[in-house]
Amino acid sequence: MTELHSTSVGPPVAHHFEDFEQEHEANMLGMWAFLATEVLFFGAVFVAFYIYRSAYADIFKEASRHLYMSIGAINTVVLLTSSLTVALAVHAGEHKARRLMVGLMVATLVLGLAFLGFKAFEYYLDYQEHLVPAFNFAWEGANPAQTQLFFVFYFIMTLVHALHMIIGISVLARMIWQARRGSYDQDSTAVELFGLYWHFVDIVWIFLFPTLYLLRQ
Amino acid sequence: MTQQTSQPTSERTAHQAPALRTYYLIFLALMLLLALTVAVSFVDLGAFNELIALAIAAVKAVLVILFFMHVRYSSRLTWVFAAAGFVWLLIMVGWTFSDYLSRGWMR
Amino acid sequence: MSATAPALKIREPSYINAAYTAKSWLLTTDHKRIGLLYMVAITFFFFVGGLAATVVRLELLTPQGDLVLPETYNKLFTVHGVIMVFFFLIPSIPTTLGNFLVPIMIGARDMAFPRLNLASWYIFMVGALFAIVALIGGGVDTGWTFYTPYSTGFSNTQVIPMAIGILIAGFSSIFTGLNIIITVHKMRAPGMTWFRLPLFIWSMYATSLIMVLATPVLAMTLVLIAVERTFHVGIFDPALGGDPLLFQHLFWFYSHPAVYIMILPGMAVVSELITCFSRKPIFGYKFIAFSSIAIAVFGFLVWGHHMFVSGQSIYSSLIFSSISFAVAIPSAIKVFNWTATLYKGSISWDTPMLYALGFIGLFTIGGLTGLFLATLPVDVHVTDTYFVVAHFHYIMVGSAVLAYLGGIHFWWPKISGRMYPEWWGKVSAITIFLGFNLTFFPQFIAGYQGMPRRYYAYAPEYQVMNVLSTAGASILAIGYVLPLIYLIWSMREGEVASDNPWGATGLEWQTESPPPTFNFAETPIVTAEPYQYNPDGTFTPQTTLSVRQIKKEVAA
Ligand SMILES: [Cu+2]
Repeated sequence: MTELHSTSVGPPVAHHFEDFEQEHEANMLGMWAFLATEVLFFGAVFVAFYIYRSAYADIFKEASRHLYMSIGAINTVVLLTSSLTVALAVHAGEHKARRLMVGLMVATLVLGLAFLGFKAFEYYLDYQEHLVPAFNFAWEGANPAQTQLFFVFYFIMTLVHALHMIIGISVLARMIWQARRGSYDQDSTAVELFGLYWHFVDIVWIFLFPTLYLLRQ
Repeated sequence: MTQQTSQPTSERTAHQAPALRTYYLIFLALMLLLALTVAVSFVDLGAFNELIALAIAAVKAVLVILFFMHVRYSSRLTWVFAAAGFVWLLIMVGWTFSDYLSRGWMR
Repeated sequence: MSATAPALKIREPSYINAAYTAKSWLLTTDHKRIGLLYMVAITFFFFVGGLAATVVRLELLTPQGDLVLPETYNKLFTVHGVIMVFFFLIPSIPTTLGNFLVPIMIGARDMAFPRLNLASWYIFMVGALFAIVALIGGGVDTGWTFYTPYSTGFSNTQVIPMAIGILIAGFSSIFTGLNIIITVHKMRAPGMTWFRLPLFIWSMYATSLIMVLATPVLAMTLVLIAVERTFHVGIFDPALGGDPLLFQHLFWFYSHPAVYIMILPGMAVVSELITCFSRKPIFGYKFIAFSSIAIAVFGFLVWGHHMFVSGQSIYSSLIFSSISFAVAIPSAIKVFNWTATLYKGSISWDTPMLYALGFIGLFTIGGLTGLFLATLPVDVHVTDTYFVVAHFHYIMVGSAVLAYLGGIHFWWPKISGRMYPEWWGKVSAITIFLGFNLTFFPQFIAGYQGMPRRYYAYAPEYQVMNVLSTAGASILAIGYVLPLIYLIWSMREGEVASDNPWGATGLEWQTESPPPTFNFAETPIVTAEPYQYNPDGTFTPQTTLSVRQIKKEVAA
């Protein structure tokens, strides 16, 4: 149930908490615990990737050279910037600056969509070059099987990451709607929680970018 | 209701987090590190390419965690929660690689 | 009895009587009701898994494969394993007793995230639905371990729906664990310090750590399996540059700790029962508390002992073997402490105590044979024989299920407000103990003599052991059906339970039976260490005060 009760100070609190501080800390820690789960979810596929990379170092380097590092780098800039805007949105929320917060949330949303746009464009280019396993993978060079393995991981890792982006963007869109109506004026915990999630998705990309695009020498 | 909630008031004010300036500085640092890691990828340093690329990524992640995610300003418990996932990931990495690196047939 | 705590009790409707509609159950956020929802679901799956086991045992009555086709047999043991592990044992105690008890034991009104708690039940049910679809669609024949390349390239069964079902159910397990961790950190009543927590809480906390940190790896592994199988790309397929051992590493990174998801909650229950029915404070509280955490952490370092014969590096195997021995230390600490608690206690032989003592016996056998298997050369000898099957059934069925049933009996008066029939309780405990040993002890012998597991036919010299085993299984089945019948019967017909029928110290016994929706009329203040039992039957409850009383006194 979401019945709220009001305590002597601060915003209303869900029934099973004593005060706002307790509720806030529980929510934040809950998100951190969830992110620990996420670290191991992505971690598993990173471990698998690096096992194969250590086994087939030269083949994977050659494969990596076929990715568009420029698009990957642009997307890193986009995502890091969105991390900044979301951090500023949280800051604005804490200082009760609703309009600023909404503006920064919209900026984050736009940057997130831009990331997905670039990513989709990159997938399109990959498709044109016959690099999509199971759909049109064709490799003239040596070791096609191991090379395909690289691209299997490339698509799994970036798609799972993109799925996290899509979930984040959907949640954010709903939150912008709520924020405009003043739902977070008293209590901006939800924005803070979203911020943690978004930063985490950013961190995954911070590791994906060098892992997939940069280890080519 | 619990012991932790009645933490000293310094904690309360502390989670108001860093000044705006800090965010911009961190963002700048992240951009510079990005430029650095891209630049390094064009130079052949042998095994050091991997090492440097991952080290820079780790530094960037730590900056995001400490400042953007406010861990620097949070309770000890948050530090533990933030670190736990990575520590367990290291267990998985370490023990799995202990097999592959001592196996022989892969190379 | 020493002082009671009247301030904690005002007769308001119990959580059961708060509302009667189906909607009030299906949309509840009350942790106690969610615990019961889980109980219904996993009881169903227990009997589905049991049915598969029954047919397996019947087939093995004779050496020839005469009852079912070989392919059917493969599906039967797979279904038995998958259902029992992922849809019964993993959720068993944490989602039922854990959900019901964790908030009450620490003096909270609910879990930290009640809606997430309800969501986790629905997620579990969606996962279960996929599993049922997979069963109806023809079942799975890969074994519960889904080893590649068979599962991804060769099996013609419903691997993907089953994998998706397990993946989804895994998320429910993650959310339950997350909820328990945050609840223990943030929702404790005033005075409930870490070293006043009942040992049940310590163990549930350790279990939750594993749920949160191991389950995501299984989830990603199943994603990889599903991708490889759907798109015929090689991730673990050696023909396409992959490595099947990598799958085993990822799978066992979860699945060895998962054994502790099943057994730690059993230890949680037994720690409560032993001290209460010995009328003695628990021996070595801190050792038991920290050994739970130690088991959870060390449990992550030993998974390679499932891969001794797989082609894993021999050096790695040595490390995994030695650390597996190390895990035995915290487990042994617990057994010694329980034994020391029993020593010179005034023991009463109620049903929960019988279950708890059965647990200790079976866990000791299961644990010691685990040391055989951790020994590299011995393991090579008995790998994939019935010795392994017997070993993990002693842990996962003998210990975990006995603890679960012991806990259900112990807290039944609190859950239902009624007593179970004591005589029938004792009959069921003894039947299960005897039936279990008759089923699985012969399997140690057959396995040591070399009978391989997962075969529908076997050499005639193993028949004696298999007949004994099947006979034991039928006794075991009766033992399992009995509690189902009399517990349901007791919900209406049982004697009305008092608030604290066992004279136990925990907070859950200081409120009403069954508790009101928010557990306590007023937030309790914890004033005592747990388990202050005296030999003469008196005890000091963990709370005799409430916040409101204090406020009143201050005002006066
Ligand atoms: Cu194991």
